[in-house]
Amino acid sequence: MTTVSDAAPAGRRFLRELPHAFLRERPPWPLLGLGVAAGLAALLPAFYLVVRAVDGGADTWEFIFRARTAQILGRTALLIGIVTVVSTVVGTLLAWFTLRTDMPLRRVTTVAVVLPLVIPSFVMATTAIQFFGAGGVLEGWLAPFGVERIPRFAGLRGATLVLVLMTYPYVFLSVRGALRRLDPALEEAARSMGYGAVQTFRMVTLPILRPALAAGSLLVALYTLSDFGAVALLRYETFTFAIFNQYESALNRSVAAGLSLVLVFFAVLLLTGEGITRGRARFHRSTAGAVRPAVDAELGRWRWPVLGFVSLPVVMGLAIPVGILTWWLVRGLLRDQTMVALLEPAWNSIAISLTAALLTVVVAMPVAILAVRHRSWWPSRLIERVTHIGFGLPGVVVAISLVFFGVNYARPVYQSNWLLLFGYVVLFLPAAVGAIRYSLMQVSPRIEEAAQGLGRRPLRVLVSVTLPMVMPGVLAGGALVFLMTMKELPATLILSPIGFKTLATVIWDASTDAFFARTAAASLLLIALAGLPTAYMVLRDNSYRSGGGH
Amino acid sequence: MLAGFVSSVLIAAIACGSDGEASSDPTGAKPLVVYSGRSESLVGPVIEQFKDLTGIQVQVNYGSTGALAATLLEEGSRTPADIFFAQDPGGLGAVIGMLDTLPPEVLNLAPGWARSPEGKWVGISGRARVLVYGTDALSESDLPESIWDLTDPKWKGKIGWAPSNSSFQAMVTGMRRLWGEDKTRDWLEGIVANDPITYPNNSTQVAAAAAGEIEIGMVNHYYLYQFLAEEGDGFRARNWFTPARDPGSVVLAAGAGVLSASDNKEAANRFLEFMLSPVAQQYFATQTHEYPLIEGVVADRGLPPLESIAKPDVDLSTLGDLENTQDLLRDVGALS
Repeated sequence: MTTVSDAAPAGRRFLRELPHAFLRERPPWPLLGLGVAAGLAALLPAFYLVVRAVDGGADTWEFIFRARTAQILGRTALLIGIVTVVSTVVGTLLAWFTLRTDMPLRRVTTVAVVLPLVIPSFVMATTAIQFFGAGGVLEGWLAPFGVERIPRFAGLRGATLVLVLMTYPYVFLSVRGALRRLDPALEEAARSMGYGAVQTFRMVTLPILRPALAAGSLLVALYTLSDFGAVALLRYETFTFAIFNQYESALNRSVAAGLSLVLVFFAVLLLTGEGITRGRARFHRSTAGAVRPAVDAELGRWRWPVLGFVSLPVVMGLAIPVGILTWWLVRGLLRDQTMVALLEPAWNSIAISLTAALLTVVVAMPVAILAVRHRSWWPSRLIERVTHIGFGLPGVVVAISLVFFGVNYARPVYQSNWLLLFGYVVLFLPAAVGAIRYSLMQVSPRIEEAAQGLGRRPLRVLVSVTLPMVMPGVLAGGALVFLMTMKELPATLILSPIGFKTLATVIWDASTDAFFARTAAASLLLIALAGLPTAYMVLRDNSYRSGGGH
Repeated sequence: MLAGFVSSVLIAAIACGSDGEASSDPTGAKPLVVYSGRSESLVGPVIEQFKDLTGIQVQVNYGSTGALAATLLEEGSRTPADIFFAQDPGGLGAVIGMLDTLPPEVLNLAPGWARSPEGKWVGISGRARVLVYGTDALSESDLPESIWDLTDPKWKGKIGWAPSNSSFQAMVTGMRRLWGEDKTRDWLEGIVANDPITYPNNSTQVAAAAAGEIEIGMVNHYYLYQFLAEEGDGFRARNWFTPARDPGSVVLAAGAGVLSASDNKEAANRFLEFMLSPVAQQYFATQTHEYPLIEGVVADRGLPPLESIAKPDVDLSTLGDLENTQDLLRDVGALS
């Protein structure tokens, strides 16, 4: 039994040794500095929210601590729960079918399956309503068969469908990356020991995929938490919806800040939850070489039914929106609707998104290295967790907070591309951190140690050994940030230099006043432009696989 | 491969880095900076006309009225903005402490009902509150005399509204002025009892009325015309200007004010004068289908003239009392 007198010296000893442990395991200063800087950057919005909410005084807190707030939180949690589960299942199955089976048309479907990611929320929601909603296309098609009314689309049902279509690609990309690096020898060993396919998947594949699944579904949950367009148009009131109402109709930024702090708290809960799901296990191969390609599972007579299943999200998340957009465009052109120039916005979209992707990856790298290589030093995990907060906040909140810091403390970069890029980094950092982190976990630290043992300086090891090995993660993370930046709206509107237009801002501008044809032209161009790098990635992957190395 | 990727990104970075300075005026004059809560689709062309006519460079920061108001409040006296062009008086009211008093020659261009009594902003264009109805479900003879009639149980499950929308809230504020608190509460409770479908804004109600999801919605009049332009006369929704002289047919205004912190006030005032000139007012009348606010410019032919609308006498500037209206809306459960 522990007595008080025993505990006291033990506690004192712990306290005395803590600084030593802290210093002994401390990562090298440059790495530490970069990591802490990234963490602080990610925390800026939260700092601002505290300042602004405290500023609001008692009224603000009274408004926030109402029964109604708990109700909306409950609705938000319900939506997040459903969307996360469905997206995770769909994304994982799609990744497995398109990568590890002999399903037909794999390359085309792989590209198509990612693209719903790039369709702005309000475009996805509006086209879905036109198709599935009351008086919509589907109802028109079913009318000849005597179907008068289809089930109501708006509300939880519609919001779930639209959000799943926009978020399963996060899981798909994350799991796909993990599956590609998965050593098939593990699964083969399990099979040779008499496990069936399902058992092997459960006992071997799933545990290895767990960190990737957790990372992907965390992005899904955080995105759902922060989305405004879909929930507003589908009339499912969530927390972000309430925050927007404070900005847009109550015009009360203090209450908006207070509500956003609740959202931060919610995000922290999700992050903790993910930390637990992720598990502690570590998997890395001891060799640096490319993984031998896995043997595709033979689907046999299930090939075409599987293609049917895979096509479902492609049809709903890509074909239907593109179909409706094309209809809007043709209809408008036939009625002489004037168009706006799209060349400059398109170029701006690509340039700023590429730059954002590069910067985010660079900022994410030290965070990922800390989290994987220095995980025993406790602040590493904290920094990695903290970088996720921005993604769970609505873009408008992050943007307004950066207005505050920009105007007051960084005037020279205010309303310049630099502050805008900074905003993108804060928003999208977790996507890059997750991808790089996962790649890094699969590389054995022994390889880096060997290089250092051979006399290489740490920085050279990083550039010549680590970086090439985590390149798949860097590219995947960068591509994800690119796609997310392409459609980003609120931060772009608020932080960009005056007059800076992207395809997303053109789409928003046209759609707010029901200029459907213009909305359609810009949206179709956005989808096409996002499709190019996605196709490149997929084709590159395939050559990687068949070439057996690089 | 990697080198190619990195260099292309750097080129991109340099290209967009230089954008910021590209728009400075070669003549050295400071460009006029406008924060516009109205979309470029609607006001972009008329701002171009102003540039062409005056030679004054204009930079426009487009966004939603609420987000721009929040941005202005954060920027405070350091704001680069000279003008705030807002969707509605509520947005201007939120930053009223940052607005300068306008000179009488600008202020007097707008009619008395469409400007701030403290002289902080002027109305630029008018929009009427109307009912939008689905033509498949209803014909004009079915339509109510007054917005009050929508509390009749026969409309149960057939109505749409947007309680979070600022124009709607301005109408309810007008209601409180004209009908008093009790009658306004009765109306709101009557509507809530009829299970209205809650939309986020006006245009979604217009689409829903045409699609048959609702039979009647409460909107600003001008959204319908863009739908008609895109979808043709076969579009299955129309506006109904309620004939009763009551809050249901109040006319609101989009307006603009000059920031106190502006060091470009002369150009800013010229901008406002231009927006209230016959050229610009003609643009709003014919292109955005809004109501012109000055004498001598007539509304679009498809619209009933402003004088003929049963418009109640209500001072728009008193419609800025959003807080009590929102409390009331929350009280009856229309708003969370």
